[in-house]
Amino acid sequence: MCLAIPGQVVELIDADNQLATVDVVGVRRSVNVSLLADEDGGVAPGDWVLIHVGFALSRVDEDEARATLRLLAEMGEHYEQELEELKASAIE
Amino acid sequence: MRYVDEFRDAQLGQALAAEILAAADPGRPLKLMEICGGHTHSIYKYSLGDLLPASVELVHGPGCPVCVIPMGRVDDGIALARTDGLIFTCFGDMLRVPGSEQTLLDAKAQGADVRMVYSPLDALAIARNNPDREVVFFAIGFETTAPSTALTLRRAKAEGMANFTCMCNHVTIVPPLRALLESPDLRLDGFVGPGHVCTIVGTRLFEFIPADYGRPIVISGFEPLDILQSILMLVRQRQDGRCEVENQYTRVVPRDGNPRALEVMAEVFELRPHFEWRGLGSIPHSALGLSEAYREFDAEQRFDVPGVSVADPKACQCGEVLKGVIKPWECRVFGTACTPEHAIGTCMVSPEGACAAYYNYGRLAAPKQAV
Ligand code: SF4
Repeated sequence: MCLAIPGQVVELIDADNQLATVDVVGVRRSVNVSLLADEDGGVAPGDWVLIHVGFALSRVDEDEARATLRLLAEMGEHYEQELEELKASAIE
Repeated sequence: MRYVDEFRDAQLGQALAAEILAAADPGRPLKLMEICGGHTHSIYKYSLGDLLPASVELVHGPGCPVCVIPMGRVDDGIALARTDGLIFTCFGDMLRVPGSEQTLLDAKAQGADVRMVYSPLDALAIARNNPDREVVFFAIGFETTAPSTALTLRRAKAEGMANFTCMCNHVTIVPPLRALLESPDLRLDGFVGPGHVCTIVGTRLFEFIPADYGRPIVISGFEPLDILQSILMLVRQRQDGRCEVENQYTRVVPRDGNPRALEVMAEVFELRPHFEWRGLGSIPHSALGLSEAYREFDAEQRFDVPGVSVADPKACQCGEVLKGVIKPWECRVFGTACTPEHAIGTCMVSPEGACAAYYNYGRLAAPKQAV
């Protein structure tokens, strides 16, 4: 649960509950993006975000996201388990 | 640092190590604590300690949320999980944490409905889909995770969910750090600060470390090069006679943190008068309970939770590991009675725990500072 995994926003699916579909290494899941709502309207499709327990914690640029993904991939088992848990997630 | 292959990373790592060596004063040893378990994990995984001169020592801190949960809270969770008809939800990392007699996984094997969730919002969805059953979410984590629980509870309240409650074990990072800084056991010369916590609370929260205790702190990212660079920044502060909060992880961390997260936390939580930490004992104002406005979502109010306090097992030295007083391999039961498969202590259960990280990665290399 301690990992923050980068993902790319695909679309906002529920404005009231601030849920967006985010692509995390090919897996698409719902993520809450309310922490990133701001004056400029919050996250938009194509933005990269760091995701922790189903919530987007911060925006990152693409280079940072890719560097983080590479680091996570090196972690092996621990990261794979986190991805499995994410795959089982069904936030609505 | 971007798009580089491992070879170049290693080269950059060596270059940073050379700069650290050049800047460090061999006559004035520097004992630095990395607060966050994620950093501990990377330090062992990439053997960063081996790149440092003998005068720079890294000790591991208390920032692993699973590691600091005391046995009593696990026992309370198990008691709740055994309630007839109740669905008990928690992060996967909690399932193997030893209570005084068993783990949540054991309770599940004996028939308790314990379900692993990725997010508190998954727990809420389970409650929505099981309106005739009580659903409890066992919340753990520092300030990185607490806003997620708070936002979930805000939504539960907005939806008027009557069958969802939270057993709240959220903790805050400042009180244990103050306790460490005031402890005579250990003299620390500086800190590698927790990057993700700071995305929520900002770097501002750590200004008390230089102001009240005259120690520097550098907020750090999680890549091995980030950690080495943060160590270099701490060594440079010593060299220049400076002592301040610096931010190595500016690409993610703002000074003021996340105002929306801080606001929802203030609405949903209040500080508990005190909270028992594994290995560290009871620390005043160190944990979050639910505020008056959210009392109806508090599992400890709705159910009869025993509220037990259990002493840490005698053989366990997790407290000393969490305070950086001993290294994992110095614990009497490390690697013998206590292994990831059969853990006595929490630091062996969580991948962010110092004992698990050392067991998985560090064990093969000869311990540099043993004895
Ligand atoms: S080896 Fe086990 S008991 Fe000893 S400090 Fe580590 S986790 Fe705790």
